[in-house]
Amino acid sequence: MKQYLYFPGCSLEKIALSYHLSALETTQKLGVQLKELDDWNCCGATTYFHVDELLAYTLTARNLAMAEKEGSVVVAPCSACYKNMYFTNVHLHEDPDLADHINEALQEDNLSYSGKVTVKHLLEVFSHDIGTEEIKSKVIYPLTGLKVAAYYGCQILRPRKDHENVEQPQFFEELMAASGATPVEFPLKMTCCGGSLLITSRPAAYSMIHNLLYNAQLAQADVIATACPLCQVNLECYQQQINQEFGTKFSIPVVYFTQLIGLSMGIPPKKLGFGKEFLSPKKAIDAIKAVHTQEEVIAQ
Amino acid sequence: MATKPTFSNEVANLLHAAEGNPLETCIQCGTCSGSCPVAKYMDQTPRRIIAMINAGLKEDVLKTNTFWYCASCYQCTVRCPSGIDIAEAMYALKRYTMWKNQYKEGLIGPTFSETFVKTIVRSGRSYEPLLAPTYIFSYGIREFFNEALNATNLMIKGRIPIIPPRIKRLENFRRMIAHIIPLGGIE
Repeated sequence: MKQYLYFPGCSLEKIALSYHLSALETTQKLGVQLKELDDWNCCGATTYFHVDELLAYTLTARNLAMAEKEGSVVVAPCSACYKNMYFTNVHLHEDPDLADHINEALQEDNLSYSGKVTVKHLLEVFSHDIGTEEIKSKVIYPLTGLKVAAYYGCQILRPRKDHENVEQPQFFEELMAASGATPVEFPLKMTCCGGSLLITSRPAAYSMIHNLLYNAQLAQADVIATACPLCQVNLECYQQQINQEFGTKFSIPVVYFTQLIGLSMGIPPKKLGFGKEFLSPKKAIDAIKAVHTQEEVIAQ
Repeated sequence: MATKPTFSNEVANLLHAAEGNPLETCIQCGTCSGSCPVAKYMDQTPRRIIAMINAGLKEDVLKTNTFWYCASCYQCTVRCPSGIDIAEAMYALKRYTMWKNQYKEGLIGPTFSETFVKTIVRSGRSYEPLLAPTYIFSYGIREFFNEALNATNLMIKGRIPIIPPRIKRLENFRRMIAHIIPLGGIE
């Protein structure tokens, strides 16, 4: 079984527990083992970088150093963690003086980092390393008829990591299609959810969330699929407040892509963390079940 | 003879691994402002802020909310035809105002960031309930109750930890930080 090191990040411990559970369940089923780093620390989100860059790099370097001890690839399911780890890694590569300085500090925790680790986002592991063919081969309950808005958000693709398509990517849609769902045309799929502005500049964040929900509704999406805990919380947990603020009646479930893939592979919903959401995708799930039952009856 | 750097150079010096002063290569095309999802909430748009920095309007720049309203979505950064990492420049301005303790009154961002970083320096992990006091009273009574209701729902669904998490090798972790920020610290 292929093994990756896994940096869940603070959100996945609780607020995004369903992402954590479904990530472990689905990868397991696809022959990939995610081994959690022992004693990892917070990646700092955006706030370390508001205070001190060197501190920000050091705290992320500690996680990279622990990953290097045990393997060569570390996977982050949260977009902010991924961006921080990815670019800290790049800077440590490009700047040996920075690396020296940080290694000096890492010694306090008996660690050192030589820059040999590759950082990947969980979405990349699914769409690139595992691949849609492998996923299709494991699908037993295709999500036929489920219209999904595949929402990339920001930091998976921006800033640019390599030569990827940062304007019109398709890999998330392809992944959803592999599970049998129907990806809808969602023009704001790369537009920011507001991130931590929800806390620091709430009116701005509310307007950004409203735009996304409105766009998803126009696209007639049954559900929004995300790959980031912050996007999930902003889009789902604040939908009621958005309705209050804008006089709308949005009720669009927002789930993690791993939960949908898990369903299609026949993993029980509870094991995928369903039940922890504010807006149940039950209607969507039941609709799929009805289709399957019908088909089974016809087949018999 | 030493000369005082221009404000534009001061900001450019805070950009990691930048060569020369990328801000001065700005052609004022406005792609950043057109791409920015928060521009309409900013006192000055990203394009104007860069023009103001290059014109040396330091005091005027520092008293805007612009950089504290940047959500770090990097849309400007990937699209800038001059290759300026504009989101990074926004970070640089945030740090600059934090260090000088000189930012627009009423902003939540600086206090929130400081509290967040202190939480992590103390325990190694973030913990939402400790961050709530930095903003929960700022958006009026309705939002206060909305936030409390959301927190309760999250608690019921088992999505907020009761006990603040902390890492195991905390002593080593704190010594590591002391190595990076030796004097004054951020306690």
